[in-house]
Amino acid sequence: MQLLELEGLHVAFSTDRGEAKAVNGIDLSLKESETLAVVGESGSGKSVTALAILGLLPKRTAMVRADALRFDGRDLMALSEEQLRAMRGKDIGMVFQDPMTSLNPVLTIGRQLSEIGEVHLGMTRATAQDHAADLLDQVGIPQAKARLRDYPHQFSGGMRQRVGIAMAIACKPKLLIADEPTTALDVTVQAQVLELLAELQAEMRMAIMLVTHDLGVVARIADRVLVMYAGSVVETGSAEAVFSRTGMPYTRALLRSVPRLDQADEGPLRPIRGSPPDVMRLAKGCSFAPRCDLVEARCHLGQPPLARCGPDHQAACVLVEPTA
Amino acid sequence: MRRYVLGRLLQLIPVLFLVSLIVFAVMRLLPGDPALLMLSGAEGGAITPERLNELREQMGLNEPLAAQYLNFVLGALQGDLGSSIRFQVPVIDLILDRFGSTFELAVAGLFLAIAIGMPLGMIAAARQGGWIDSLCMTLSYIGSSMPVYWLGLLLVLVFSFTLHWFPSAGGGSFEALILPAFTLGLLSAGVLARLIRSSMLEVATEDYMRTARAKGLFPRLIIFRHGLKNAMIPVLTMIGLQFGALLAGTVVTETVFSRPGLGRLIVDSILSKDYPLVQGAILFLAVVYLLVNLAVDLAYALLDPRIRYGN
Repeated sequence: MQLLELEGLHVAFSTDRGEAKAVNGIDLSLKESETLAVVGESGSGKSVTALAILGLLPKRTAMVRADALRFDGRDLMALSEEQLRAMRGKDIGMVFQDPMTSLNPVLTIGRQLSEIGEVHLGMTRATAQDHAADLLDQVGIPQAKARLRDYPHQFSGGMRQRVGIAMAIACKPKLLIADEPTTALDVTVQAQVLELLAELQAEMRMAIMLVTHDLGVVARIADRVLVMYAGSVVETGSAEAVFSRTGMPYTRALLRSVPRLDQADEGPLRPIRGSPPDVMRLAKGCSFAPRCDLVEARCHLGQPPLARCGPDHQAACVLVEPTA
Repeated sequence: MRRYVLGRLLQLIPVLFLVSLIVFAVMRLLPGDPALLMLSGAEGGAITPERLNELREQMGLNEPLAAQYLNFVLGALQGDLGSSIRFQVPVIDLILDRFGSTFELAVAGLFLAIAIGMPLGMIAAARQGGWIDSLCMTLSYIGSSMPVYWLGLLLVLVFSFTLHWFPSAGGGSFEALILPAFTLGLLSAGVLARLIRSSMLEVATEDYMRTARAKGLFPRLIIFRHGLKNAMIPVLTMIGLQFGALLAGTVVTETVFSRPGLGRLIVDSILSKDYPLVQGAILFLAVVYLLVNLAVDLAYALLDPRIRYGN
């Protein structure tokens, strides 16, 4: 059974210059205890998608529309704001990118952790404090009990992200959405945090939606991959299929721009030329066409739809040979 | 912490030295002769040059300016601010006698400013862009742009002469404090409301506020626990400045409501060229103002754990 099903999500932001279309009708689904990596460059709409699922986009500027958004058998679009609130942090946990700014600087770690237990699990202040200490212990912070009284600035970046993860898993959610959880961290710390996420997932059998631009991270922990470009899904499938039988030139270009330690003679890194399109003015053709090495005349005619190119593998490119 | 406070107190010395110099100089630059004013105000009789000179000698005004200043500073260092020319009593007694009333008014005004301005600003921020926001901000503009003397007279007219709820003048009682406190407080309330609104709106865009929402906390908890404490950091600065302004700005209010406060005392003594009294009172206010600022700086540490003094 699918845990999360999202169909036809559109997100647009009203700006001074007009409407910016951040997400243009994407579908996405996630099974229980599965890891889905949402991959793309900055501005591809991946973080916006994550925030839209939780209803965390600013209501004043963001227009969110979807054909369907179901989580754990419930229609999220039919829920009231209060029902959504009760679900956030309880059934769906979220880890943010920058642990330096995503923790409240003037509240103790203990306070920021225990309030979750108080709000969602009906705990008393004392029980919630014990619960908070257990959580810190679980994410590998030594002397958990003593550290509850500390403030975020007394922790290192990696430790802060562990605190952020502790907050996200406080209610043993079915789904953990991690928005670039390792981007702001040192490389050595990145590995530790990913390892922690994998451990917790195995322990609690939760699904993870990992938003990232780091394909190294994806290869390590993702079951399935969804590649986004200019607000659309351009390739999706099992991690194995996407990495070994890449269908979309954009994905291939992304893979080529990642340094690899196991192939010393691969030659220089090849960055993708040009920059992502301006979401204020999307052309009607394939949005990757202006940067694509294999571009043809028909690429400019219209955005190619996602086409099946293998079992559990779809790509949106005119060059893809559709399979039955 | 103790070292920090000690250091800050030592910094008061050069500031107070400058204040004393400026006050002394400005008083001497103003036209008018205190001895002459005193004689003309006294029990009649002809003002002869002899009598004038005698009085000037008595008051120490015939000494060179440098010597006069030195006497003033040396006295002040020993806690002796001299005696008032007009009242013939020690300046410090007059100041302490009047300061209570001024302090009471400033504290009451500040209390009202916070009690009115804080909720107004917070409600406006929570309803940003809506009609409630516009209403709150209009009220705040009205509050902060009304002249004190006009607002004071208006309050007297309505609540004193027409409704007879509160006395229009005098001091010493709680009833008499209410109208002047509102006169002062409404002004600061307007300023505070706008600052709190913008500070709350700024804090609302911070990452940790999004985290708080992602945790599924109640909206009220997010605003009060996660937002307010952060938003109060810049507001605290303003409250400190406002308190200083209230202390020093009671002159007009005290005049409108005939309150026996320090502000009125200073104005009266400037007019009567009461050198020692003006010098002493200004120096005293400067000390109070600086101490309030120190208290505000120390209060930051209560709000923001990242701030630590000393070590």
